[in-house]
Amino acid sequence: MIKTAEGFNVEKIRNDFPILNRKVNGRNLVYFDNAATSQTPQQVIDCIVDYYQNYNANIHRGVHALSQEATEAYENARRIVQRHFNAKDFKEIILTSGTTHSINLVASGYEKFMTAGDEVLVSGLEHHSNIVPWQMLCEKTGAQLKVLAMTEEGVLDMQSFEDLLNFKTKLVMVNHVSNALGTINPIEDIIEKAHAVGAKVLVDGAQATPHIKPDVQALDVDYYTCSAHKICGPTGVGMLYGKQELLEELPPYQGGGEMIDQVSFEKTTYAGLPNKFEAGTPNICGGIAFGKALDYMNSIGFESIAAYEQDLLDYATQRLNEFDNIIIYGPNTDAKTAVISFNFQGLHPYDVGTLVDKMGIAVRTGHHCAQPIMEFFKIPGTIRASFSFYNTKAEIDLFIEALQKANSMLL
Amino acid sequence: MSSIVEKQNEVVDEFSMFEDWMQRYEYMIELGKSLPLIDERYKTDDNIIKGCQSRVWVHADMNDNDKIEFTADSDAIITKGIIAILIRVFSDQTPKEILEANTDFIDEIGLKEHLSPTRANGLVSMIKQLKMYALAYSKA
Ligand SMILES: Cc1ncc(COP(=O)(O)O)c(C=O)c1O
Repeated sequence: MIKTAEGFNVEKIRNDFPILNRKVNGRNLVYFDNAATSQTPQQVIDCIVDYYQNYNANIHRGVHALSQEATEAYENARRIVQRHFNAKDFKEIILTSGTTHSINLVASGYEKFMTAGDEVLVSGLEHHSNIVPWQMLCEKTGAQLKVLAMTEEGVLDMQSFEDLLNFKTKLVMVNHVSNALGTINPIEDIIEKAHAVGAKVLVDGAQATPHIKPDVQALDVDYYTCSAHKICGPTGVGMLYGKQELLEELPPYQGGGEMIDQVSFEKTTYAGLPNKFEAGTPNICGGIAFGKALDYMNSIGFESIAAYEQDLLDYATQRLNEFDNIIIYGPNTDAKTAVISFNFQGLHPYDVGTLVDKMGIAVRTGHHCAQPIMEFFKIPGTIRASFSFYNTKAEIDLFIEALQKANSMLL
Repeated sequence: MSSIVEKQNEVVDEFSMFEDWMQRYEYMIELGKSLPLIDERYKTDDNIIKGCQSRVWVHADMNDNDKIEFTADSDAIITKGIIAILIRVFSDQTPKEILEANTDFIDEIGLKEHLSPTRANGLVSMIKQLKMYALAYSKA
């Protein structure tokens, strides 16, 4: 059953987010920078406080009560993440510091497997964090980086994908959703075709996970990443999902405590999954709060979230189209998440962003860590409004008013 | 000719008349339109100031009185206004005066937020660049 936006109690949800009561420059905050980071509900804040007030201890080490409790809570969070993404085994869930860490972990591991003549294929819609680690891998191994082009509409050119794909392709990197444009990429298709030539696929889920609940088994994806801070969790924690047989082969990323089995100066043996990839004391509190954040979002339900956000996106798009000089980048509203990347003809995004900030509205301006996309459109950047399930149409109206004022001041 | 301090006080006086941010920004946008524009041939990548979300070019010439005259441009209007204020204060001064000048007046005219290094609009980089030109000319 598909739920609709009706009956979605946004006022009740807003009460969970204390920061939404803030004033900025004397006005009520309108937070439309959710693609950069989401706000944190009281339930998650309480979880963080509870950890430090009641059971802060290092994990996997002590026999004492606090260490046991912390270990249990941390490992329970891993199970929550596993269930959320429907991974087959908890061992396939590596808790990292976020998407960037997750991608670097995989890229660094592939140094062992890549040789000159191999190819890695990176989509043209990627965030820098899913470009640079692969450039580094290619530099070290002599492998070649190929770029999967995008079209004027800001979607991947699937014909060019098939042309580029060949038996030398070892890895394909694509985001599930683009951070700069909101494009939802056809990852099912990409994964299937990549597998047909024996390539593995890493999907950067940083922007998809706030809106979509992915099923890694159904997708048959090899690696999937996300960052907790974009899904109502704290900063500095995230996930790498990898198929067990792939993670078993991948060499450890960092050496240290937690990731070992036996250490002697003659020979050290590594711990099994997932500990092999979790050297050192992890972000224990962050991991626990990450689990809480997923529980929170699931209590609202991703179908409801998607329907409500679609409604916001349609409304905001319709209102923005009232401006004669609007230019919206990326696909139509049915092919993207609740993100609008736009400019006004003749206005610099930085000027607009500066003025709307003065009116209490938080949007992102600039290249959004995706310079190749800006290069493609030959623009210095865009204004990006990204919505979350706690935003409202009334806030969109305030945003439109602020944009009208900015236009009248700048034009 | 007014000194840097006199010109700074002038700017502070002007800005003190404004009651709210809107008026301040409207004035800055006005000032941006009167910016002494850089000659197109100096609008090169070498002359772009790093650390700005918008592109800013600055050029400096020494005039017959051994004073520096700045010209500039930007693709963003507010940035143009900011650089216009800086140039108004620093242009037609000797390298030594420019190097010794402090820039507290930015704070006083309510543009402190633009001084934050995280702001990435590069007001700090612009000031540094003006001073670098002064330094270069002081050695020439
Ligand atoms: C698509 C995408 N990938 C990767 C990242 C990097 O995430 P993090 O900074 O949490 O590692 C982001 C964050 O903006 C993103 O939007």
